Amino acid sequence: MPSFPDVPAMPHSHIDVRYVANLARLELSDDEVATFQPQLEAILHYAEALSKLDVTGIEPTAHPAAVFGRMRDDIPHKSLPAEAVLQNAPDQAQGQIRVPKVVTDA
Amino acid sequence: MSISTLRQQLLAGETTPAAILERLSGEIAARDARTGAYLSHDLESAIVEASNADLSLPLGGIPIAIKDNINVLGQPCTCGSKFLAENYTSPYDATVIRKLRAAGAIPFGRMNQDEFAMGSATENSALQTTRNPHDPQRIPGGSSGGSAAAVADGTAISALGSDTGGSIRQPASHCGVVGLKPSYGRVSRYGLVAFASSLDQIGPLTQSVEDAAMILQAIAGFDPADSTCLDVPVPDYLTNLNAGVKGLKLGVPKEYFGDGIDPGVRKNVEAAIQKLAAQGAEIVEISLPHTEHAVATYYVIAPAEASSNLSRFDGIRYGRRATNPADILDLYKKSREEGFGPEVKRRIILGTYVLSSGYYDAYYGRAQKVRTLIRRDFEGAFQKVDAIVSPVAPTPARKIGAYADDPLHEYLSDIFTLSANLAGIPGISVPCGVTDFDGGQNLPTGLQILGPHLGEAKLLQIARAAE
Repeated sequence: MPSFPDVPAMPHSHIDVRYVANLARLELSDDEVATFQPQLEAILHYAEALSKLDVTGIEPTAHPAAVFGRMRDDIPHKSLPAEAVLQNAPDQAQGQIRVPKVVTDA
Repeated sequence: MSISTLRQQLLAGETTPAAILERLSGEIAARDARTGAYLSHDLESAIVEASNADLSLPLGGIPIAIKDNINVLGQPCTCGSKFLAENYTSPYDATVIRKLRAAGAIPFGRMNQDEFAMGSATENSALQTTRNPHDPQRIPGGSSGGSAAAVADGTAISALGSDTGGSIRQPASHCGVVGLKPSYGRVSRYGLVAFASSLDQIGPLTQSVEDAAMILQAIAGFDPADSTCLDVPVPDYLTNLNAGVKGLKLGVPKEYFGDGIDPGVRKNVEAAIQKLAAQGAEIVEISLPHTEHAVATYYVIAPAEASSNLSRFDGIRYGRRATNPADILDLYKKSREEGFGPEVKRRIILGTYVLSSGYYDAYYGRAQKVRTLIRRDFEGAFQKVDAIVSPVAPTPARKIGAYADDPLHEYLSDIFTLSANLAGIPGISVPCGVTDFDGGQNLPTGLQILGPHLGEAKLLQIARAAE
């Protein structure tokens, strides 16, 4: 098996898995939290190696072949018909997607 | 049978598009229960398309299997996920599908993959196991494992996959087929379900380099529907395919031949490089000094982008929706909990963490800067050499289940492929012999060739010489 780069043996990075999962709108079971906690700590600890590099004055790369400010011609074009969009909606009525009440009663 | 051979037979009237589909359907019935490459295939609608096939077009009458994260009108697009497995039908064709159809090809078959393309073994598919046709105890690689396994198994002529960190090249290597990841921006991503938008590219998995060139020719080029797709003319990828490597400089990065490479892989890759040298290529040792940071950089950036992209799977507009939620928030959380598998959840949590306030600069911001250093390594190298040659993966295909509880260990095996995605450059995997490994015999190995951005023509030319 590959032995490089070194896999850290004693992770110490802390991540509150349940808190972050809630930010990501994931409801985890207790078992999942217990499984993910050490795995994610190991990955984050491994990623901490990046902090050893000197990146002073280095520009970040967001896209490898960045295209900026491209404007398309302002010509109307056909979009998907509403029926095609709605065909995959889990719940729909009257040409719209139905969801639980979003605003509570005043 | 290769695309070019089938095209000759079609043009000579020795076979028909429908006959090719019927034969493939027979091969699938005979062997796919063992390999598990196909999630579904619709022979009936493909036969209808075949009856209208225009044989005068470059890919006229050729069926092409499609990874299950690329939308084809009227077909499923599960992404290997329970989230989309039951109630999603594509309402449109991805641009690559539109272009394949325009070249006469027939999309046929939906290929298994790691869920949302997250994985290197196709073990993260929530829907079924895909096995390596060379040894069914072993992984086909991933995430485009279904595409690679079917082409290797002869149940597909060729296939499309997607490559975010090696997901075309590594399964191609493990299955003994050709796999090409084009330059970032060369092929439209419109209609590819996004994993990491600054890394994803669609490309072919084929039985020969010539076939890969033919498919790239059909799918490359500008698309106004993808703002990252480059408006740059597409060269003819077939003209110089057989021009050889005489006088070309090939760089061997010392960082890609360190400890941890299986001796059989090393031997085969070195032999492949010697073969290119014997044909007149000049072999030059080079250095890509930031290689050791590529895995960490990638596994910050890719999950960050994934956590953002996968927020669209909320149970509202398509896919799985939890029943009887207490309120809208409960609907989001329960739908996502039920619909996503463990690797997808891990990466969403990881990505959310590295983008969150207080950690953004330390992880994501820093990884983006290291990405610049990795990109510069390649830019510097391509000042000196025409292409870079290396292994695709440190080992041949491992056994199914070997890293089940150790995601970090699995991530480390992507070391040779993911830098190309970070740098946006093209890469190809070409079969280079077989070796014994971990109790398995005659397992395929692959030679990776990396070229400068938009350098696909020369990359294919070198790959053809290495074939």
